[in-house]
Amino acid sequence: MGKIWRISGPVVIAEGMRGSQVYEVVHIGEEELIGEVIGLDGDRATIQAHEDTLGLRVGERIEGTGKILTAELGPGIMASIYDGLQKSLTSLMSGGELFLKRGAKAFALPRDKKWHFTPRVKVGDTLDEGHIIGVVPETELVEHRIMVPPGTRGTLKRIVGEGEYTIEEPIAWVEQGGVQKELTLKQEWPVRKPRPYKNRFDPSGLLVTGMRIMDYMFPLALGGKACVPGGFGTGKTVALQQLVRWAQTDINIYVGCGERGNEMADVLHSFTRLREPKTGRLLMEKEVFIANTSNMPVIAREVSVFIGITLAEYFRDMGYDILLVADSTSRWAEAMRELGGRLEEMPGEEGFPPYLGSRLASFYERAGMVECLGSPQRKGSLTVVGAVSPPGADFSEPVTQNTLRIIEALYSLDVALANRRHFPTINWLASYSLYAENTREWWSEIAPDWADIRASALKVLQQEAQLEEIVRLVGPEALPENDKLLLLCARMIREDFLAQSAYHEIDTYCLPKRAHLMLQTIMKFYELAGAMVNSGIPVSEIRSSPMVPRISRMKDIPSEEFEDRIAELWTEMDASLVGG
Amino acid sequence: MEYSALYIKEAQAIEKVKGSLLVTRSVPGIKFEEIVDVQLHSGELKLGKAIDISGEISIIQVFGGVSEVDLVGSRVRCKGETLKLPVSIDILGRIFNGMGEPIDGNPPIIPDDYLDINGEPINPAARMPPAEFIETGISAIDGLNALVRGQKLPLFSGAGLPHNRIAAQIIRQAAVKGKEERFAIVFGALGVSYDEASFFMRNLEETGALERSVAFINTASDPVIERISTPRLALTAAEYLAWQHDMHVLVILTDMTNYCEALRELSAMREEIPSRRGYPGYMYTDLATMYERAGRISGKEGSVTIIPILTMPDDDITHPIPDLTGYITEGQIVLSREFDRKGIYPPIDVFLSLSRMMKEGIGPGQTREDHNNVFMQSYAAYAEGCYLREISTIIGAEGLSDRDKVYLNNADAFETTFIAQGETEKRTVEQTLDIGWQLFANLAEEDLKLISEEFIKKYHPKYRGK
Repeated sequence: MGKIWRISGPVVIAEGMRGSQVYEVVHIGEEELIGEVIGLDGDRATIQAHEDTLGLRVGERIEGTGKILTAELGPGIMASIYDGLQKSLTSLMSGGELFLKRGAKAFALPRDKKWHFTPRVKVGDTLDEGHIIGVVPETELVEHRIMVPPGTRGTLKRIVGEGEYTIEEPIAWVEQGGVQKELTLKQEWPVRKPRPYKNRFDPSGLLVTGMRIMDYMFPLALGGKACVPGGFGTGKTVALQQLVRWAQTDINIYVGCGERGNEMADVLHSFTRLREPKTGRLLMEKEVFIANTSNMPVIAREVSVFIGITLAEYFRDMGYDILLVADSTSRWAEAMRELGGRLEEMPGEEGFPPYLGSRLASFYERAGMVECLGSPQRKGSLTVVGAVSPPGADFSEPVTQNTLRIIEALYSLDVALANRRHFPTINWLASYSLYAENTREWWSEIAPDWADIRASALKVLQQEAQLEEIVRLVGPEALPENDKLLLLCARMIREDFLAQSAYHEIDTYCLPKRAHLMLQTIMKFYELAGAMVNSGIPVSEIRSSPMVPRISRMKDIPSEEFEDRIAELWTEMDASLVGG
Repeated sequence: MEYSALYIKEAQAIEKVKGSLLVTRSVPGIKFEEIVDVQLHSGELKLGKAIDISGEISIIQVFGGVSEVDLVGSRVRCKGETLKLPVSIDILGRIFNGMGEPIDGNPPIIPDDYLDINGEPINPAARMPPAEFIETGISAIDGLNALVRGQKLPLFSGAGLPHNRIAAQIIRQAAVKGKEERFAIVFGALGVSYDEASFFMRNLEETGALERSVAFINTASDPVIERISTPRLALTAAEYLAWQHDMHVLVILTDMTNYCEALRELSAMREEIPSRRGYPGYMYTDLATMYERAGRISGKEGSVTIIPILTMPDDDITHPIPDLTGYITEGQIVLSREFDRKGIYPPIDVFLSLSRMMKEGIGPGQTREDHNNVFMQSYAAYAEGCYLREISTIIGAEGLSDRDKVYLNNADAFETTFIAQGETEKRTVEQTLDIGWQLFANLAEEDLKLISEEFIKKYHPKYRGK
């Protein structure tokens, strides 16, 4: 319908575009590259191209699709690897093609695959938006609940029987105001628009990550939003990969936005080996990957983030707990900056567009715990964790600062800790979580004294930071004995509790109960040793107690024997750590 | 560039010339990023690229600079092609300039194919995680920051530090353990001095590696704009050898700082909104599209490993060039001016250096079972020693306990025996690990918390051979 008039990097200006709408998807040129209209001026439309524009000519045709950018939702999403536009990367490889060709097409969901559908409603039922009409066992770990799409309601006129159906075959017919509507296993949703829900609640309950410093010190609640800023080499990617590996949620979605291809390959391959601890099934069965690596089209970074969150909301609406991890939102912000520059918009701070903050908020604000639409009544949650890559590890830059205004939990990664090879490099003095109150109830079930132990451990770490300054002036030997003991204990908390290697066979994942016992053991040591110091025993003697290495080897104890071994350790501690 | 010399379009109306940009009235049918010839009044040709085209005007960026371009007699001629590199297996042993023309006095190669210098992204789902250990013979790299095939691991250096000597040593010594395979070296010189370029070429020649190498040389005196294409040419040649000829290719690019300066210059000429320190906002993406060409692909024998070298302006690791590079590459080898002053070669900063792909490349079957433990323990002991060294400068060594003094001495020994080595000394990874064990012998055995008891019994000098 239109023609290319100008090409400047990813920005294409087309003429003859009267009648198109903003955010409409268009096909650009002979190769039908995907683009979105982002501005209209009379006859001319400004289009952002989601694929490389190299080799396009002025005058090539542009065709509108009349649709805005949507995500395809239905069975077949789980265990998929998508690019930033929800093209299935595995389908793109099917012809033996190992590189990404421009304009290559692939469906998000397989068209010919038959899914086993079991209806859950009967003819004559009144269906509301979000009503679950049946289920499809998509993978062993995920039951895909087929819902009436938002905007549709009415009386069920007909429904197919249990059997095998493709995503495009009609399975149910709903009459609404005299009009009959066909429902299929598949539905679509515009990616930039939040999916509706009935009610919203405060985040509550702990999102168990298996990472001690997160679960115990700075807990993340289901439905919460958090950010993980860190300079390069601070283990950001490893920490986020650990999250999608072990988080005790129903479904995890990992959006690799403008990041490394080799790391993506690494995480993908690990998922073909790793098994879900409870069921022993492959972890891949509850994961979705969106891989838009840094050498893939820049403008698609924004779409990749919104596709990810739309998929997440869709599963949330089924009543699941979802974790979405976006690595890294800074790359998305850079794409916004590049586009803003090309459009000659007035730049805000550091060249980023002035709408950076509101765009970031429109993403993070889609997190939450909700009561889903339709019946049966159910709650779903969507927790969002975004990585930020501040240039020069300087947190005063605009992306970090704008993100901090939105999120409620901050996991601040520290270059100094990385240089000491203390992983995860979450700095205990700079990080915070406003969800400590929201998760108190959850914790009180398994550890009634959680809040106290957490507070006293954090206090020891705080005091250590103050003492460190003195040590740098006078040396550790010049401190009073009580302070020496505090330093010893703080070191134990840091090295034996907070530090946790992602590559340690047992310690890579730590259940909250186990974490609690570990920290309890260290605090018990502190208490017993404190009594020894008071009775005149020097800290140098306590330091060489065989209990110290025993505590540091707690990480190696296999889970099944953990409680017994800790009980033994406590008995020995009571016997050997006594004042003279 | 030697390819189809048939011009298909021509424009005569040059309206404006500024910096290295040239504005013509719209050339019908010109492609975005197409390569054009700019013919001067005298008949001389310069290469250019269409960087912004519309129904009214076309903006051409001229590679050789715009001197002698006039608005009346000069013409822009199009060939209908984006920049392509002619390739065949005969590129091995050849030396090209920064635009891919031979400069070794031999005739142009007869190409099998013309490849787009921008390449195509590898489908992330087709990638294989890099895992094969490359033995460089340098302890500080093999032992602490292992390099694996398909990785991109830059050398962060400073002016006057011996990064070129280290890179040359890696080229001479690098090999995958226990394997004889087809490998090749692609060398891209970006705005380096003539001396630096010839140092590398001499090195390749002396070690007999020249016939397995391809060099693309853009020296400091060559046009700045050419520098934008040079690394892409080098990577295109590397991909050709790796994916079409199953070779393991090591790409050395030096000095990427010059590349980034060129990018900034170009961006300023285009009047783009600058980001930090005047560098363009898309520098991360621009660098990533090159570095991401490293990797392994499932079903392919070959691999592309990239070692870019960059000099940190004023030794500042937070400067945008090393900073953005660090966000893209899988770790970094950082050189330390302090070590260099102390006379330690190679002056590799143990704390700032990191190899993200290391864990996959080490251990049984690759290096040795105790590698990870030795790495962790060496690191921890050295870190403790350095901390004590810092404290002892304030309170004096007298204020330290006996145990602390052992760690202090260990840190010195670690620097002089583990990190330091000769420029022609090629240590096997076993030798490297054994040096680590020699140092552990000075520490109390119960302090070796990060090593499993099994390995202590097997490798500790005290038990060895008993």
